[in-house]
Amino acid sequence: MSLDKEKLLQSLVNGEYPDAQGRYGPFGGRYVPETLVGAFTRLEEGVDKWLNDGNFRDELNTELKNWVGRPTPLTPAPRLGERWGAEVWLKREDLAHTGAHKINNAIGQALLAKRLGAKRIVAETGAGQHGVASAAACARVGLPCEVYMGQIDMARQAPNVDRMQRLGAKVIAVTTGDRTLRAAIDEAMRDWVASPNDTYYLLGSAVGGHPYPYLVRELQSVIGREARQQIIDQSGGLPDVAIACVGGGSNAIGLFHPFIADGKTDLLGVEAGGHGNGLGEHSATVVHGRPGVLHGTYSLLLHDDDGQIQETHSISAGLDYPGVGPEHALLAATGRASYCAVDDQTALLALNECCEAEGILIALETAHAFAGARLYAQEHAGARILIGVSGRGDKDLATLLEHAG
Amino acid sequence: MSGAASITAAIKAANADGRPALIPFMTAGHPNREGFEDHLLILERTADVIELGVPFTDPLADGVTIQRSSEVALKAGVTLNWILDALQQSASHRSTPVLLMSYLNPLLTMGYKTLAERCPSAGVAGFIVPDLPYEESAPIRAELEPQGLALVQLVSPVTTDDRMRLLCKASAGFVYAVTVTGVTGGEKQADHAAMLAYLDRVRSVSSLPVCAGFGIRDAAQVREIGAHADGVIVGSALVEVLEQEGDLQAFLKSLGGKDNV
Repeated sequence: MSLDKEKLLQSLVNGEYPDAQGRYGPFGGRYVPETLVGAFTRLEEGVDKWLNDGNFRDELNTELKNWVGRPTPLTPAPRLGERWGAEVWLKREDLAHTGAHKINNAIGQALLAKRLGAKRIVAETGAGQHGVASAAACARVGLPCEVYMGQIDMARQAPNVDRMQRLGAKVIAVTTGDRTLRAAIDEAMRDWVASPNDTYYLLGSAVGGHPYPYLVRELQSVIGREARQQIIDQSGGLPDVAIACVGGGSNAIGLFHPFIADGKTDLLGVEAGGHGNGLGEHSATVVHGRPGVLHGTYSLLLHDDDGQIQETHSISAGLDYPGVGPEHALLAATGRASYCAVDDQTALLALNECCEAEGILIALETAHAFAGARLYAQEHAGARILIGVSGRGDKDLATLLEHAG
Repeated sequence: MSGAASITAAIKAANADGRPALIPFMTAGHPNREGFEDHLLILERTADVIELGVPFTDPLADGVTIQRSSEVALKAGVTLNWILDALQQSASHRSTPVLLMSYLNPLLTMGYKTLAERCPSAGVAGFIVPDLPYEESAPIRAELEPQGLALVQLVSPVTTDDRMRLLCKASAGFVYAVTVTGVTGGEKQADHAAMLAYLDRVRSVSSLPVCAGFGIRDAAQVREIGAHADGVIVGSALVEVLEQEGDLQAFLKSLGGKDNV
């Protein structure tokens, strides 16, 4: 790809993306069936109107404070810091209502759906965290919610299925395609195609056709805005690096975005290395992927020479996705952020280390960020490291037991 | 004659015979690669235009039947490359225009230029790309148009009047009027009269022939919808016949078409 990296980087730092076509440099756009074009146009108009509306912002901020429990704390992690030879700070999205960052986006979009006059909400979920967040947010605003979830994910994240149902959502098993997150998105889109006027599609990651990657980034950027101020207040300066795990990339873009103009803060995205480097053995899209179009956006993608999307693998259901948000593709292309992959085993070790050293059971997804941070610390002695703790690990207990033996 | 013009001409020839053009759809290489050539020959006897599906892992505009056929074809090793090669071998014997229905990513991955250059010798006259809205189509159009290849635009029951004019003007070959708000093979639109009025609306806007598709399954529907469209596309029902190893030729004959005149 011939890209004018310097120019793209400048535009990125200046906050010029997405542009009027919903692009982040060459990435992004809106590749959707004709039946959904009207729905996407209305959504885009709604996003432009309400995200900039004072009353809407007040309503959202009040819900974030009183219902989600924001701001979430920034926790120093001295014992991890001592082990790693670094100064470690944890942005605690695991302490947000429903146990992960997903709620920031879900409540924002549910409030938006209400303003747009939606009669029902559909959502997809991988690990179940976005499904739980959507179910809770829909209950909160009083809209019926249906969640598509791959059959494989339903088995490995059973407690979250129960939680969604308890919160009043209908969980629909997806038995087609890869039976994980990717197939769940396919199925949610098909649902939306059948009722584009009454249904609001509450997409959980920073992927999809424009304006979704923008909308999700705006709603998740609260993570980075809070963390940036907190780390300045508590440590006296900006971090040397901000680190987050990347599946579709919503918690990472939320953490990274407010730091993009801070040139001295490195941004490191950690992907799921699964159990090997071959196609189908991992979900490391930025590390191993090539550009292509999936689920409405042009971004990096794990696909073969015939353009067929590849099966992915990760021990963490939330990272098990063959695409990544278009803004991450641009962050990688410009070099503003770097991306690495951590395998299943290393992630498990990092999860245990965090339990032991700090008394925090993090999610398997989040554990990838911790493993990446440990590696960063080895190369940058004494660095001030900010880690996005995207979620808590209670949902992973069954998987952890399985791997304990 | 360019590929795009050959599609329009084939539809108009059917209309001149006093019938709607019949455009059968099947997923290429489904249920197996070995049968592709024979199925194509059978289609040619009855079809005015042939629509072939390029299988894709994530066919999000398709219902369960075409999803299934796509999965089977992929397992059998069907790729865009294989389809173009197979079509090229039989191109010289074929007079019926062939359209490829493909999601964007396989086309993008092959490269639009390579794709467009290979089409004439394979006898491919154009494309239907269900996840490519007009606004994103400039790059592929820039390669298809110099080769005379059609990029058929779709319109749907929820497409606004202004947008419908834009899409009808931008289309080539024909305009694909999706009859249901939903995926392929879906239930009939609840309000049948409104659906027929919608087809009339598309026709009043379009200078190209208008062909209706999604959920059209039998001769009665072909006749009824054919009175409000210049052609009909039959997909899922045909794929089901192939899945059940039914009589493809008898099914196509039952729908009408050029052999029956």
